[in-house]
Amino acid sequence: MSKLARLAIAVVAVLPLAAAPALAKEWTTIKVATEAAFPPFNSATPDGKVVGFEPDLLVEICSRAKLTCETVIQEWKGIIPGLLAGKYDAIMSGMSVTPKRQEVIDFSIPYTNSPSTYAVLKGSPLIAALGEPKRVMLPEEAAAKASTAADAKALAGKLLAVQTATIQADFAKTYMPDVKTRVYETTQEEDLDLKAGRIDAIFASASSLVATLEQSNGEIVLAGPKYYGGLLGIGSAFGIQKDQPELKAKLDAAIASCIADGTVKRLAEKWFHVDTTPRP
Amino acid sequence: MTRLAFLWDTFLQLLAGVPVTLSLVAVSVALGGLLALALTGIRRASRLGEWAVSAYVFALRGSPLLIQIFLIYYGFGQIGWIRSSFLWPFLREPWWCAITALALNTAAYQAEVLRGGLNAVPKGAVEAARVCGMGRAMAFRRIVLPIAIRQALPAYTSEVVIMVKATSLASIITLFEITGIAHSIVSETFRAFEVLSIAGLIYLAINFTLTRAFRRLEIRLTPQSRGRPTDRPVSKA
Repeated sequence: MSKLARLAIAVVAVLPLAAAPALAKEWTTIKVATEAAFPPFNSATPDGKVVGFEPDLLVEICSRAKLTCETVIQEWKGIIPGLLAGKYDAIMSGMSVTPKRQEVIDFSIPYTNSPSTYAVLKGSPLIAALGEPKRVMLPEEAAAKASTAADAKALAGKLLAVQTATIQADFAKTYMPDVKTRVYETTQEEDLDLKAGRIDAIFASASSLVATLEQSNGEIVLAGPKYYGGLLGIGSAFGIQKDQPELKAKLDAAIASCIADGTVKRLAEKWFHVDTTPRP
Repeated sequence: MTRLAFLWDTFLQLLAGVPVTLSLVAVSVALGGLLALALTGIRRASRLGEWAVSAYVFALRGSPLLIQIFLIYYGFGQIGWIRSSFLWPFLREPWWCAITALALNTAAYQAEVLRGGLNAVPKGAVEAARVCGMGRAMAFRRIVLPIAIRQALPAYTSEVVIMVKATSLASIITLFEITGIAHSIVSETFRAFEVLSIAGLIYLAINFTLTRAFRRLEIRLTPQSRGRPTDRPVSKA
């Protein structure tokens, strides 16, 4: 490598560090990206408005943080690259906090934390086999092990569906390696195959299963324990560019205030029919 | 992870999909070939048969394979009596659904390839066989079919290559062949360019091997193309 090339690389590597303090600004307006295709978190109405749990909560958060917020619709696959390219300042799109994503972006504190659970057909023997809808915290290892072992036993010889590249897919691989799983691209395909009898159960986030349950006219029901924490993450949060402490502080304070006064609980019950308030 | 290590790791993960891809190609091309032979028989048997086979070819060749796969996988899955019939143990499995769609589809194309080959058989060859005392069936088996297959081989090679690429559509019905694995790596790593490039290269390698093999077969089956024995270099013996 020539000296010039080395110098160029050094300059490029140091530039962001040098520029960071200069960017420290007083935030008054922010652009927030949403997929607008992930009900009931966010979805677009025919006239182009974005509705759902997140748009409702965003209004609250922005008024408490004294920010003027503008919503941008961005396809899911390009949502992180778009943030990195500076097309908007934050992502609010049902995005779970994961270590892989934390390598490229920063997160606010979570504003919702939905448990992960099973969905099966009404009348399935799995409802009894998977047992009570009790809360199971993954960091409590003994309880988590006992519960997942019981699930794995109930699911022996059955076929479990998960969505590709999700925390639920990781969960199945880690805790129930002997259970046969099939991986789907979208939740709609899982629903069709559950109804057709190709699969016996779906493992997914309870709040996204709400849409499944509502569309099935009572044919599909929830079953088994509700899992929280650990490898399932701490919930969904705003994604922001790295090294933006002022923006993070503003969002964190507003989210904390919405959690404290029960706004998150109220909106979660409205959209998810279940309280998904994150617990420390 | 360094870039090179990532590429290597991706390559290894994608290699795991190669057996699925190859099994889809091999089984569906073989079943489709048998079906194409049967279709050709029906076509030559009667006027009604000719009409029915043409209609089949028209429908299967004229509609997208993607839609055929969707219809067989999701369509049949919604019909109650199919779910309770003897077919369901097969149609319940995505692999068999893909095989069914690919075989039905390639049968239509292969029947056309075979038709072209049969049309190219010189009338004189058939007459000569008959004059030598061969019956219709024997003449077909010994003279017509070998010539037809030889004539059809280049077009048949194309069909098999197209089938290798067509198996990538099976990823939409949860089959983890090369493309399916590539999609899932992309959605985990956000690195579409590298992953899809490697997937493309693997397909190229498979098709390179296949076309070479068919080329050799073609040369073997067409001795006249090798030139006269005197043109060849003297062998070691």
